[in-house]
Amino acid sequence: MGRTGFVAQRLLLLIPVAVGVTIIVFFMVHLIPGDPAATILGIHATPKGIALLHQQWGLNRPLPSQYWLFMDRLFHGNLGQSLYYGASVSSLIWSHLPPTLWLLAYAVVLTVLISVPLAVLAASRRDGVRDHVVRAVPLVGLGMPQFWLGFLLIYLFAISLHLFPVSGYGSGFTGHLQSMFLPGLTVALALTPVVIRSLRASMLDVLGADYITTARSKGVSPRRLYLRHALRNAVIPAVTVLAINVGFLIGATVIIEQIFAIPGIGQLMINSIFQRDFPVVQGVTLVFAVMVVLVNLMADLSYAALDPRVRFDR
Amino acid sequence: MSTIEIPPGPPGSSGPEPASEPVLVLRAEGRHASRWYRQPALVAGLAILAVVVGLSLAAPLITPYSPIAQNLNDSLLGPSSSHLLGTDQLGRDTFTRLLYGMRLDLLIAFLAVLSPFLLGIVLGSLAGYFGGWVDSVIMRLVDIVVAFPFYVLIIALVFVLGPGKGSIFIAITLVGWVAYARIIRGEILVAKRQDYITAARSGGLSNVRIMRRHLLPNVISQGFIYGMSDIVQDILAIVTLGYLGLGIPPPTADLGSMINDGQNFLSTHWQLTTIPGLAVVVVGLGLSLVGDGLADLLRPGQ
Repeated sequence: MGRTGFVAQRLLLLIPVAVGVTIIVFFMVHLIPGDPAATILGIHATPKGIALLHQQWGLNRPLPSQYWLFMDRLFHGNLGQSLYYGASVSSLIWSHLPPTLWLLAYAVVLTVLISVPLAVLAASRRDGVRDHVVRAVPLVGLGMPQFWLGFLLIYLFAISLHLFPVSGYGSGFTGHLQSMFLPGLTVALALTPVVIRSLRASMLDVLGADYITTARSKGVSPRRLYLRHALRNAVIPAVTVLAINVGFLIGATVIIEQIFAIPGIGQLMINSIFQRDFPVVQGVTLVFAVMVVLVNLMADLSYAALDPRVRFDR
Repeated sequence: MSTIEIPPGPPGSSGPEPASEPVLVLRAEGRHASRWYRQPALVAGLAILAVVVGLSLAAPLITPYSPIAQNLNDSLLGPSSSHLLGTDQLGRDTFTRLLYGMRLDLLIAFLAVLSPFLLGIVLGSLAGYFGGWVDSVIMRLVDIVVAFPFYVLIIALVFVLGPGKGSIFIAITLVGWVAYARIIRGEILVAKRQDYITAARSGGLSNVRIMRRHLLPNVISQGFIYGMSDIVQDILAIVTLGYLGLGIPPPTADLGSMINDGQNFLSTHWQLTTIPGLAVVVVGLGLSLVGDGLADLLRPGQ
């Protein structure tokens, strides 16, 4: 089986996941206690409004037919109408997507910039002082609520030192770059402990390999040894770890956008929850799941591309 | 390297069932249990947890104030001898709310870790032991749940179920079981190829008995180890929901809503947000240390 076969196989495996995801998102309506339409509309419920929602969601039909209606709309790119904004859910999501993608990309870049040097430093002398320090930090970091870390960064860098804006998305490329630094850093700091851990472990593995000893005895400089010979091979498992945690990463943006007032889809989700704007919450949940599935697929494929030893046949 | 060399009693002849257990217990105690106090991480973690749990359980004895009664004359006081950490905008003692909040969040987290643990272990064992279509169905289910970002699914579920403790339990259970199922399935896949399982099978033991008495005791430690880090994640989820205003409804003291309340006073009364967050960090550190120590204790080969 060649490259296309591998891609086809991965895509085929996505089908049950995609169907399952839509079923869960579809069933969210039915998890609402009582009459969903009445609960969603809350104090604004009028018999007319309830009847309209029933008709829109097809609540008076049998379940399979409701699901079919849901899927039929989905295939036409129709995620429903927002109850609060009046606009279509898909247009709302499109307009809120760029800040979220910015935040994600920024966070990944910062994660790499922070964790690679630290992991190399820790692995360069096993059980040395540097190693212990680098290993102790994740222990503290793992139990730290992200939004709290965000506050600390805001307090330190925005309120006390005036280095970065307190909140917002900024305008233009440099504006985004500056405004999104603290949010990106907050997400990155939550992710670095995990990445450092795996990168350090795989660096230590690689440094014990015969070809490193050979390179050492040939008189390769330590700098070249670490950066060219060891790191290149150690980075592959770390990429996998990064990919596995992408679900966490994407979920984290929901909270970080809320703290830093970034108008992304995470903030759209939380705002819609407080407006009880159910179709938007449903739509955003679906989009988040699609993002995770796509990133995992890309990670699978890039993993194979990064490591020449990984063949496409299994 | 020693995982499980000692077969749990002679299969078939096992009329006296307990014969299988003492062997395992003996191995665990004889080799490692006597040394648990030599694990600095474990001891430090247990000490931190003991202090935190002790303080939160003894909250009514330690502090004379109520965590919810408002006293607007005393709002936003700085730290003093009568209010150790000052008061919040409604004149409630911050230290008191901290203790009661920690108590509630810890209780919910410890209870909320149990049901995903049990559900995950049952489903993971079934998938690993039977394989075939049982495995396929359960693992596809895992794939589907994993497709949702953790916080997105938790927030969406708590939203549709309505705020409160019950919704948090259900949401964490529905999302949390997958990790246990994956871990236990993997362990069972390895363990079921061992000779003692083949022996138990040919001895005519029932599947349920093999799983419960022979496989589970050997694989469950991985579930415990993961459980320690899972509690940390659950506490963070509960605090995050509280911060977003989706957790325990006010005025009940909860670390997340305390952080949220203090957010407006970040530049003038930084302790209102910082201290509850610090409490979460300390609890998380304690649990992580215990988890790490436990992992070292239960995985002697590594």
